[in-house]
Amino acid sequence: MSLLDQREVVVRTVDVVKQYGEGEAAVRALNGVTCEIYTGEYLSIMGPSGSGKSTLFNMIGGLDKPNEGSVFVNSVDIAQLTPKELAFLRCHTIGYIFQTFNLISVRTALENVTLPMLFAGLTPEEADERGIKLLDLVGLVHRLHHRPSELSGGQQQRVAIARSLANNPSIILADEPTGNLDLKTGQEIIDLLRSLNEERGVTIISATHDHKMLDVSDRIFHIRDGQLALVETREELDKHKALA
Amino acid sequence: MKQTEFKNVDPPMWVAWNQAKASIRVRFLRMLITSLGVALGIAFFCSMQVLSSTPTHGGMQSQAQMQWLTGTSLVMCLVGVTNSMLMSVTERYREIGTIKCLGASDSFIVKVFFLEALLLGALGSLGGSLIGSLLIALVMSATTGSPGLVPIVHAIVVGTLVGILMTVLAAIAPAVQAAKMPAAAALRVDV
Repeated sequence: MSLLDQREVVVRTVDVVKQYGEGEAAVRALNGVTCEIYTGEYLSIMGPSGSGKSTLFNMIGGLDKPNEGSVFVNSVDIAQLTPKELAFLRCHTIGYIFQTFNLISVRTALENVTLPMLFAGLTPEEADERGIKLLDLVGLVHRLHHRPSELSGGQQQRVAIARSLANNPSIILADEPTGNLDLKTGQEIIDLLRSLNEERGVTIISATHDHKMLDVSDRIFHIRDGQLALVETREELDKHKALA
Repeated sequence: MKQTEFKNVDPPMWVAWNQAKASIRVRFLRMLITSLGVALGIAFFCSMQVLSSTPTHGGMQSQAQMQWLTGTSLVMCLVGVTNSMLMSVTERYREIGTIKCLGASDSFIVKVFFLEALLLGALGSLGGSLIGSLLIALVMSATTGSPGLVPIVHAIVVGTLVGILMTVLAAIAPAVQAAKMPAAAALRVDV
């Protein structure tokens, strides 16, 4: 088949079940999801609200633990990790980007970017140097000492992207990164993510509603009712486009 | 697949201290009000302490009544302090979730809130103790006679210590709870 099959696997989920609530009121957000995500790909997770998209996202990111099944990130079963090891994994292996930016409101752009580096044990000088480079990369080197409230939505998301790259993660998880942005700014963010993916080889996993996102994705997971309903590859997408 | 090697690194204390400082600086007004809440409670507690320490305050009330009044003021103060500290932690669940996503350990989060509460509690309690004790001493000097230096100093020391202890305990309990939450749950909380 395609090149994808020969690639290294960075995330693997096996029969992941996540249930919220107990007894009669229980809701199964994920109902047996098995998937593999390859190193260096740009993957979009699509699905209507309530399909379990965000839940899957949280599982992959080690933000929540499954009730059944396992999630492997870099061949480590995250359900087996202690809280400290999980914090280490989040610090070093995964970068997060959120729909609502989630910058730390009391810290400046540079401090937001350097905080994960300090968690990783860098000295303040090393962290500042690397932080300035990253903010330069996202085009915000002139906004180093501004707090999030002094930045526009697009700028805040750029800071969040720089922050997600802080410790050279192998995965960036983006939960609707363009959801709170206008079309033009959203497109800029998508282009930035795609170029990071191509230039740095970082795996990007993004939950999205945004159809612009699909144009740059290598693969698309369609989630329906807590299950992986369909996996589309780039070739299939291009074929559909050619037909239409 | 690449294998992750886990090491045990915790950021040095000053990282938590900087975070606490930034939080107090930026939320200064909010923190000032919280601190004022602590100060008022402690001021009341201290004035009651000074008042009850001198049996010769007009013979209006018995020693038992005064002790009861001091006890009540302590409970009122406890409720006030707990309430303001609880609020200031719970309104920041999202921030806690975010910091967890960046790789903060649970103990780092608790440290930040501990330092914030310590600073807030120390300032509020010391201020409150001074205000409460000195004000009641002034009033007493003008009416029934000065209470003397010893009960005033005693009230200030006890008031400050009790205030710091209450503030820190009231902040630590919800902070520990928030730190233990899965990051996804902390991010979902809307306050």
